[in-house]
Amino acid sequence: MNIIGLLAQLFAIALALFLAPLLTGWVNQCRAWLQSRTAPPLLQPYYMLHKLFNKDVVLAHGASSLFRFAPFIVFGCMVLACAIVPTLSTDLPFAPAADTIALVGVFGLARIFIALAAMDVGTSFGSLGGRREMLIGFLAEPALLMVIFTTALISQSTSVATIVETLAQREFAIYPSLAFAGVAFTFVSFAENARVPVDNPATHLELTMIHEAMILEYSGRHLALLEWAASLKLYAYSCLGLALFFPWGIPNGDSFPALLAAIPLLVFKLAIGGSLLAIIETVNAKMRIFRAPEYLGTAFLLAVLGLLVRLLLETRV
Amino acid sequence: MSAVPFSAQIINLFASVILLLAFAMLGQRRVMPLINLFAYQGLVLAMSTAVVAFTTHQHHLYWSAGLTLLLKALLLPWILHRLVRRLNVKWDVESLIAIPTTMLVGVGLVIVAFNVALPISQLSNTITRGTLGIALATVMLAFLMMITRTKAIPQVVGFLAMENGLFLAATSATYGMPMVVELGIALDVLVGAIILGVFFFQIREQFDSLDIRNMEKLKDS
Repeated sequence: MNIIGLLAQLFAIALALFLAPLLTGWVNQCRAWLQSRTAPPLLQPYYMLHKLFNKDVVLAHGASSLFRFAPFIVFGCMVLACAIVPTLSTDLPFAPAADTIALVGVFGLARIFIALAAMDVGTSFGSLGGRREMLIGFLAEPALLMVIFTTALISQSTSVATIVETLAQREFAIYPSLAFAGVAFTFVSFAENARVPVDNPATHLELTMIHEAMILEYSGRHLALLEWAASLKLYAYSCLGLALFFPWGIPNGDSFPALLAAIPLLVFKLAIGGSLLAIIETVNAKMRIFRAPEYLGTAFLLAVLGLLVRLLLETRV
Repeated sequence: MSAVPFSAQIINLFASVILLLAFAMLGQRRVMPLINLFAYQGLVLAMSTAVVAFTTHQHHLYWSAGLTLLLKALLLPWILHRLVRRLNVKWDVESLIAIPTTMLVGVGLVIVAFNVALPISQLSNTITRGTLGIALATVMLAFLMMITRTKAIPQVVGFLAMENGLFLAATSATYGMPMVVELGIALDVLVGAIILGVFFFQIREQFDSLDIRNMEKLKDS
């Protein structure tokens, strides 16, 4: 690990921190246009973060230290996730640590802490949200792992960097298994990021909310960190999806010119992905919470089918 | 992977879509979307057969593809649509709740089918031999659908989907059956669908519903 590599890694993290709220803002803007509302400004999430960071924190009486530390842990997990998903280069210092199973574990750690913190104060909304989050999580995680195993079978490695290198530098071939895995990954990322078929990120009014119910008791900088972490999670999932299924154009070095050259392509891919996300969110209605197991079961099924199709059709030469 | 020619990749992709549609049919509760899914399956099957015909220069397969398109993607769905409208069961919803369980059983069946088909497909030397497992899985999934459904129309759709699977198996193992056999089967399926359509009216006349569980009450006296 040399100093240049370290700087490149720090640059990638800083870019993630900067781009994540922008991605959220872009998705919100697209959604507003599609629903013929007046769109909020693209920088709205930044204004929001700025406002929240300047406000005082109000803590509930029964809040333990867990409640205060959880936002920092969740934020840290998401920054780490963004650091190990290859966005600009596959050869950064953190790349050897970028094992996909560890990545799923990092997401799991953040989920556990946010659910525990939601239950900590003891309000009914908090524990309701925490329980629902765990329900969604324990169904989504196996599906995500299956998706990752399908791509890992193709590249013979569970390291994200190796997967991306193998997929980006192969000759063109149609992988039916990757199509299955891609659809399953889309299902899972909607559930994991509290998006419309499973949860509505724009409401605080309904009894159906999941993510918003968990962070209802937070205020000030804690809330800002959690909102930022949610943006980072969306960013990390988008980048993981791009890395696994559209890996073209991610360079293999850690020199700054290569990194800078990769930025416009990344932004372009994220913009396309964000608008697709908004379209899917607009044409779908939110499901009842008890349909979520069926939805995620379908995702798991698709991922398993991808794995099986890979074994049947693509292993023999 | 580089050794697999491009046309085989296309055929594999089509076969995967057929498998996916079979699962979608297994999980579909409503009647109309079910028939539409069946039509899509017929369409994909016809396209896959046409690609096989183009790659292997087997001209009779073009006829098979055209027949499939005409019969399974257009005529049979049209007949079924008409039946559903005439029987007024457009909003019929399957009362079964255990669809996730059915899907899990389906995945098990796919694993069995793939394992069974693997040694058989190694005996064959066609370009499409890899899809034999998928064809077998489609047959078994359609069979599972016939077993788990209680309404008459989904059962008939399951029966027709099973024929789709058999057709795919024939194409993938030996580049299709002789033309006479294929014509015979096509006619069989068509006549079968029409006779079953008549049966629907009889069943409804008798029980005021298309739920075939009622037929268990029939006694031979």
